[in-house]
Amino acid sequence: MLSLDRVSAGYGDFQALFGVSLEVNAGEAVAVIGPNGAGKTTLLRVISKLVEPSAGEIRLEGRSLAPVPAHEVVAQGIAHVPENRRLFPRLTVEENLRMGAFSSRGRFHERLEMVYGLFPRLQERRNQAAGTLSGGEQQMCAIGRALMSGPKLLLLDEPSAGLAPVVVQSIFALVRRICAQGYTVLIVEQNIRQVLKVVSRAYLLEAGRIELSGSAQELLGSREIQKAYLGI
Amino acid sequence: MEVFDIFLLEAILNGLLLGGLLALLSLGLNLVFGVIDVVWICYAELIMCGMYSVYYLHVQYHWPLALAMLAAIALGALLGLTLHQFVIRPVLRAEPINQLLVTGGVLFFLQAAATLAFGIEFKNLGVTLPSVRLGEMSFSAARLLAFAVALTGMIALYFFLSRTYLGTAIRAISQDRAIMPLMGVSPARIFGITSALGGALAGLAACLLVLQYDVHPAIGLSFGPIVFLICVLGGLGNMLGGFIAAFVFAQFIAVGGFFFHLEWGYVLAFVFFIVVMFWRPQGILGK
Repeated sequence: MLSLDRVSAGYGDFQALFGVSLEVNAGEAVAVIGPNGAGKTTLLRVISKLVEPSAGEIRLEGRSLAPVPAHEVVAQGIAHVPENRRLFPRLTVEENLRMGAFSSRGRFHERLEMVYGLFPRLQERRNQAAGTLSGGEQQMCAIGRALMSGPKLLLLDEPSAGLAPVVVQSIFALVRRICAQGYTVLIVEQNIRQVLKVVSRAYLLEAGRIELSGSAQELLGSREIQKAYLGI
Repeated sequence: MEVFDIFLLEAILNGLLLGGLLALLSLGLNLVFGVIDVVWICYAELIMCGMYSVYYLHVQYHWPLALAMLAAIALGALLGLTLHQFVIRPVLRAEPINQLLVTGGVLFFLQAAATLAFGIEFKNLGVTLPSVRLGEMSFSAARLLAFAVALTGMIALYFFLSRTYLGTAIRAISQDRAIMPLMGVSPARIFGITSALGGALAGLAACLLVLQYDVHPAIGLSFGPIVFLICVLGGLGNMLGGFIAAFVFAQFIAVGGFFFHLEWGYVLAFVFFIVVMFWRPQGILGK
């Protein structure tokens, strides 16, 4: 479904990604793991065109995303849940969801029903300003907002960041549910142990380069990862 | 003085009418600032352009007044869009002081251009609306009309901003500009639409003002600063704050003018403004 071929990118003089190649197949949940500052967020921002790649090619279902401007990527079927959720704090929950359906207004009601079915808590709080939600609820709202566009591919940037440990558990349960619904998911996480329980495959990104890839089991068993990230 | 003074009531009601007009005037400026984060110092000069266009289309070219006014609103929208594309866009990421200076430059440009093109004479539309009597009180029909239109315009804008996708996007973009593309929204397009809307509001204000005042190249200076102060008083970018501030300001002018002298009304209003700025520099409803 999604393929990156030797993609490089950066901000000004600072290069964040060096020839990254990766593949996400339809219906698959894939993780990109790695330490802080490895370029994980930049990787997702390149896919949704918030950052223009300086080299390499990104393809969605075989079509290059190069000519697609950032604001048309979502209509191509890629929804991005950004780092720190980035809800519109003074809009209500439902208005946030409405913004998610901006490019597919005709299907707003049916998708709203679907999202409320998935997250009944959001329906209870539909008229509340998003900024007043708890961290976990905000993450639900951010994911719901992304699902409102009816994506083929869902990009999740650190869904567990900044949440209390108990909430982290429920967020990963939620991500697992979304994967089980048949969405194709590319998830970026620092919480390696948790995310490897959810996805089938993963890539290890370090200093802007893919250092390792394989099934979640393989990565969990890898000496390198155990030593550097799992503290075993 | 009696406890109940009919002329005091008249002054208060006139203040209310003036407040509606001032609220409309501050609306466009607040909308643009709230969304784009740029202050159109030349806002009152856009209104002047609108007033001239109503005047010339109606008096010189004999267009029906309603049509001339619609044209002025359309021209306002076009001017707002032009201002954004050619003046604001290049300085969108510049320092605020530079943004103030360029729109200040446009102010003097428009003033000078109007002087060159139309001369310095005061031009009167020649339409006199009657005054409406209510008991012993009398009100100018032009003011009543301005109040009604201003209120209708504000309610329409409220529904547009709260009920439509585009309106929601306009509110959203002022809260998080950077992620708008992820929603499928092009920020450049929203900025263009907002600027056209701000310009159209200036055009609408022009239609209401030209019924009450003569137009001349410096007319912007007679109400531009007041409109700007109202926006700051309410909290720059906060439309509800501007709305409240407009009515408060208008009461100072009307009631202060009733007890003392018209100019004293303005003095009191500005003193009030300065006091509030000491107390709440961010404005009544500012963050």
